[in-house]
Amino acid sequence: MTRIRIHGGRVIDPASGRDELAEIVVADGRILTVGEPPNDLAVDLEIDATGQIVCPGLIDLATRLGEPGTEHKATIASETRAGAAGGITTLACLPDTYPVMDTPSVAELMHRRAQEADSARVLPLGALTLDLAGERLSEIVALHQAGCAAMTDAGRTIRDTLVLQRALEYAATFEIPVLLTPADPWLSQAGYLHDGIVATRLGIPGIPATAELAELGRSLALVADIQGRTHFGRLSAHQGIELIARAQNSGLPVTADVAIHQLFLTETDCAEFDARFHLQPPLRSIADRKALRAALIDGTIGVICSDHQPHDPDAKNGPFTSTASGACGVDTLLSLLLRLVEEGVFGLCQGLACVTINPARVLGLETGRLTPGAPADVCIFDPDAVWWCTPETLRSQAKNSPFLGWELPGRVNYTLVAGRLIHRHDDPL
Amino acid sequence: MSTQLHTDGRLRHFLTTEGLPRQLLLQILDTAESFAGVIDKSVKKVPLLRGRTVINLFFEASTRTRITFELAAKRLSADVLNVNVATTSVKGESLLDMLRNLEAMQADMFVVRHAESGAADYVARHVGPGASVLNAGDGRHAHPTQAMLDAFTIRRHKGSFESLIIAIVGDVMHSRVARSQIHALSALGAGEIRVIAPRTLLPRDIESLGVRVFHDMRLGLEEADVVMMLRLQRERMQGALLPSEPEYFRVYGLTEDKLAPAKPDAIVMHPGPINRGVEIDSRVAEGPRSVILEQVTNGIAVRMAIMSMTLGAYQEMPREPA
Repeated sequence: MTRIRIHGGRVIDPASGRDELAEIVVADGRILTVGEPPNDLAVDLEIDATGQIVCPGLIDLATRLGEPGTEHKATIASETRAGAAGGITTLACLPDTYPVMDTPSVAELMHRRAQEADSARVLPLGALTLDLAGERLSEIVALHQAGCAAMTDAGRTIRDTLVLQRALEYAATFEIPVLLTPADPWLSQAGYLHDGIVATRLGIPGIPATAELAELGRSLALVADIQGRTHFGRLSAHQGIELIARAQNSGLPVTADVAIHQLFLTETDCAEFDARFHLQPPLRSIADRKALRAALIDGTIGVICSDHQPHDPDAKNGPFTSTASGACGVDTLLSLLLRLVEEGVFGLCQGLACVTINPARVLGLETGRLTPGAPADVCIFDPDAVWWCTPETLRSQAKNSPFLGWELPGRVNYTLVAGRLIHRHDDPL
Repeated sequence: MSTQLHTDGRLRHFLTTEGLPRQLLLQILDTAESFAGVIDKSVKKVPLLRGRTVINLFFEASTRTRITFELAAKRLSADVLNVNVATTSVKGESLLDMLRNLEAMQADMFVVRHAESGAADYVARHVGPGASVLNAGDGRHAHPTQAMLDAFTIRRHKGSFESLIIAIVGDVMHSRVARSQIHALSALGAGEIRVIAPRTLLPRDIESLGVRVFHDMRLGLEEADVVMMLRLQRERMQGALLPSEPEYFRVYGLTEDKLAPAKPDAIVMHPGPINRGVEIDSRVAEGPRSVILEQVTNGIAVRMAIMSMTLGAYQEMPREPA
């Protein structure tokens, strides 16, 4: 197996709090040493990381990869490569695929495609209920054994509270984490935009912030009783954050994430009917964006994801309400994170924790850290490089980014997965 | 939205009344005033749009609105084509493909009505540089020609807008008419714009559009100069927005009694078609203060004005139409 020595770089490992110039040696797919390299070490590859940052490969907790079922939007090959170019080494894939990821065979198919693509890791998330219908449990243990790290019904809400209770109980029996995206189905089903000034002006049905709050309240009541590990994804409103913080303060095993676009964009971006800003949950108010950023600082929200949803041009072409919701985001996750650091939201180490060790802990992964023995998933990037986000620079097959036209910091020069170089900037693999 | 103006400030499309300068709105009203003279003559036609093609693209069934647009275009001597997409089968064909096909036929103007908010804006972004788009109603978003004909009717009766108290009554939530009225009347300098409705029929933060909110007809109509009723769709009884039509009529239906606190010379308006006994009592609709049928007549002159201005033909218009 290849031995790689990474030298000259500033190593940031949020898991250990390390932030210093150090050398890393990788052997047999794992981190061998961090700090001073062993004497007389023969290596196969030297990476000069001078002036660059060496951090754990990013873990994106919420992506859609187009496979199986919507290969015209994206493929595992296209999106894992786009992810690798953005420093992402693990793409957790939501189960709302066609067919739904509710049987081990679909998870196995994804693993096989990921192997063929030979790039970043694909981590399927299993459906909590069969066909995401919220009625019968899927084979949660079998899915877990087939590599689904956590169970979720993606963007769907389990309407029947008894089914939700049993799903949480059953998963908790086997200590399998459950991921929920809180949205009261009745309050949110007919809406497209945050129920506020812009929706009122445009005459587009709104989704009130209370939709998130109401569903969080119901779920948290169950979690308080069951005490199973529960992660709430894609938070969007300040009211919900307060509820999560209260649950955490009372000792519940609750974590949360935010989609990175929510930290930059607001409802006003939708004011011109631009379908790129058609997102679910919707972009909310400036006050909500402020509260989401504050929740990252105080740790209420520990994970930032891309909520990557690649779409073909036709899906986004039409009057706002007839377009598909969602934005592609794996290309811009790291750069936007660096922008948050530039804007002083948090330091680099705390910021990187939100896309490395924190999601690793939510999903129970051994990646996301640079400690000896851990899998050598590494991202090496130049924080001072800048690039323009354009359809040409996006590597995702999809171009539905709300950040087109933005100038963004950070360029990934090398990405390693299990000690293998899967991306290098100067020589596309 | 600036997409509807040329860089020199002239109308390129007419999609919404929001953001249009007062001068332009007044120009529309003045131009309409000159066309109103044409309509009163026995030969009701001017040659301003001779050789131009107007396509009425109606994705939502509507007879009255389509007819007034058709009449307006014909009185400007344009060639008019009606495409009723609501009844024509366009299975599998996207809005964009349909548009491209029609554009290939070299139309000068598309009059678009569509059930989705933002549809006219979408069409305007995708037509070629030579074509104009006129919004004949998109979802709950805008119905700007209706708002302009309402403003025209108000000015004919009241002279100006500055001192007027104008009350808009009913289903503001689902109403493109109300949104366009609010923007147009604000820009024209209306003294006070009120909305009167139960909370289930008011969109969130409606105050941000510069209106005063009332839930009580007596308070809301007090000293009103203009009462603008909105149509209540029957399907609003589903989805728990309202209990029943009789209850709605009891609380918000316009009767002579409820009209009492308004000014004695208040006018009553309605964009039609009216639901008698639901939002308005027949005696009021047909009473002396009702200007509902006048609105219909004025709609033709106002649409002629907007069509000719949008196609850049109004400058050539003779002072005294022949």
